[in-house]
Amino acid sequence: MPTSKPDAYQEFIKGLWRDNPVFAQVLGMCPMLAVTNSAVNALAMGGATFFVLVASSFLVSSLKRWIPKQVRISTYVIIIATFVTVIDYSLQALLPAIHKELGAFIPLIVVNCMILGRQESFASRHSIGLAVIDALGMAVGFLFALLALGSVREILGNGTWLGLDLFGPNFEPWVIMVLPPGGFLTLGLLLLLFSWLAERRQKLAERLAEMEVEGT
Amino acid sequence: MKRPDPKLLVQPAPLLKQPLTTSMAMRDVLIALAPATLAGVWMFGLGALLILLASIAGAVATEWVLLPDDERRAQLANGSAIVTGLLLGLTLPPALPLWMAFLGGVVSIGLGKIIWGGLGYNLFNPALVGRAFLLAAFPVAMTTWSAQTGPTGFFEVAASNLAAPFMHIDFDGVSSATPLNLMKFQHQSTALWDLMIGRTSGCIGETSGLLLILGGLFLAFRRDLDWRIPASILIAVAAFTSLLVLIDAERYPGPLFSVFSGSLLIGAFYMASDPVTSPLTPKGAWIFGTGVGLLVVLIRVFGGFPEGVMYAILLMNAATPLIDRYTQPRVFGKGLKSPRGGHE
Repeated sequence: MPTSKPDAYQEFIKGLWRDNPVFAQVLGMCPMLAVTNSAVNALAMGGATFFVLVASSFLVSSLKRWIPKQVRISTYVIIIATFVTVIDYSLQALLPAIHKELGAFIPLIVVNCMILGRQESFASRHSIGLAVIDALGMAVGFLFALLALGSVREILGNGTWLGLDLFGPNFEPWVIMVLPPGGFLTLGLLLLLFSWLAERRQKLAERLAEMEVEGT
Repeated sequence: MKRPDPKLLVQPAPLLKQPLTTSMAMRDVLIALAPATLAGVWMFGLGALLILLASIAGAVATEWVLLPDDERRAQLANGSAIVTGLLLGLTLPPALPLWMAFLGGVVSIGLGKIIWGGLGYNLFNPALVGRAFLLAAFPVAMTTWSAQTGPTGFFEVAASNLAAPFMHIDFDGVSSATPLNLMKFQHQSTALWDLMIGRTSGCIGETSGLLLILGGLFLAFRRDLDWRIPASILIAVAAFTSLLVLIDAERYPGPLFSVFSGSLLIGAFYMASDPVTSPLTPKGAWIFGTGVGLLVVLIRVFGGFPEGVMYAILLMNAATPLIDRYTQPRVFGKGLKSPRGGHE
């Protein structure tokens, strides 16, 4: 769609930071807290969600004319579940170790409210191209958030990052970080950091606007 | 017309002001803790002093960094960060690496106080939040107890105290079990007099029971703490353990041992009685203290941990808003029904 080029860029970029599904919308907390005890798990979960979100957004957007309003949510869930099944079996075949590690959380992508939210609020109302671009942005934003949380927890809780040894053999691990409380603590601190940065940016923008007003 | 000496002074309430301020209360706590602190440093050596300094430094530095510029000076001057850091340090084992003590101070103030909105708004006792974090993050370091060095080894700082941040800790060979560990895992009691004067291993500030009681009484007489809270905790512990002893004197520790061992005294007098995180009403104070006492004995005797004072106080901290709500006194002149602000 050549007419909406700048629009498409905006739709992609908003998911990365401003409307980040985790840091701004605080959606998809279940996989966020459950599988981020290492960066590899976070990447795998992020990748699986990426595939499911982009594929379902594409399908929902292309079928939107034929989906009756009354049963749209259940239709979205069926579409999402189809792709979750695809990724579930693919992971089982290709990366059995990671599939075992993630366990029940791969099928649980079906109930990730972030994915359903994108179908309801975006894909079902926009063209295929925009829907896919929005899904790409959101999926990358989600992946980024998962990776940030997983990295902090793996580095502090295990002394490694993506399996790479960072501190040598004498590292004293922070046991709490790979346990559930560590997930909550790290997520809280990351949310704090995000809103602090957002606030700072807003203040900066306001200052710039004021200066412009004074200048003119 | 302004008269120099009015016969009738008309002014809004409050007419009688209590001279007690936050900084005075904090100073009283520091005075009350001084004997037990000095005893702890004397018994565990220079390393203990360094741990106390590290946790105080962590607490004060975090307060400095996280407070807004205009509140910084006033908040730091009232000394609450120093008290939090000192209380945390007193509940740490003497062989802990200094950087962990510093981190505990940071977590105490950051997660335990500032994030809730600062002094007076926190739900949980900040020092215990820091300690709970350390115990969950470094379970081995937090439960390795070194023996007392005594005056001869005062200047010997243990190698584990100086372990580099994030690095593995080599604990010196001399580790010794605390009285509660001995009781729980080897079924061995400790002489009561040793418990009272603190000739046992344990956290830096928890061992000398008599000095802790002395400081606690000072605070109670200065009205810095509600005497009902420590009293009800100690009564509940003594009563519950007496009951257990009646059932089976061989298996369960007696009331005197239970009161003087572990961190019960420092917890009851200095942590549970924190006015911010304990109920305001007298009835609520009794409920709170009894709850803490019962939980302590439950965790110690029937739980997996040898010591449960920290979790008992944190759990009852969580119940404090509820207790406050249900023990609201009736407003004078209002009916007997609905004391909790119903619509009737």
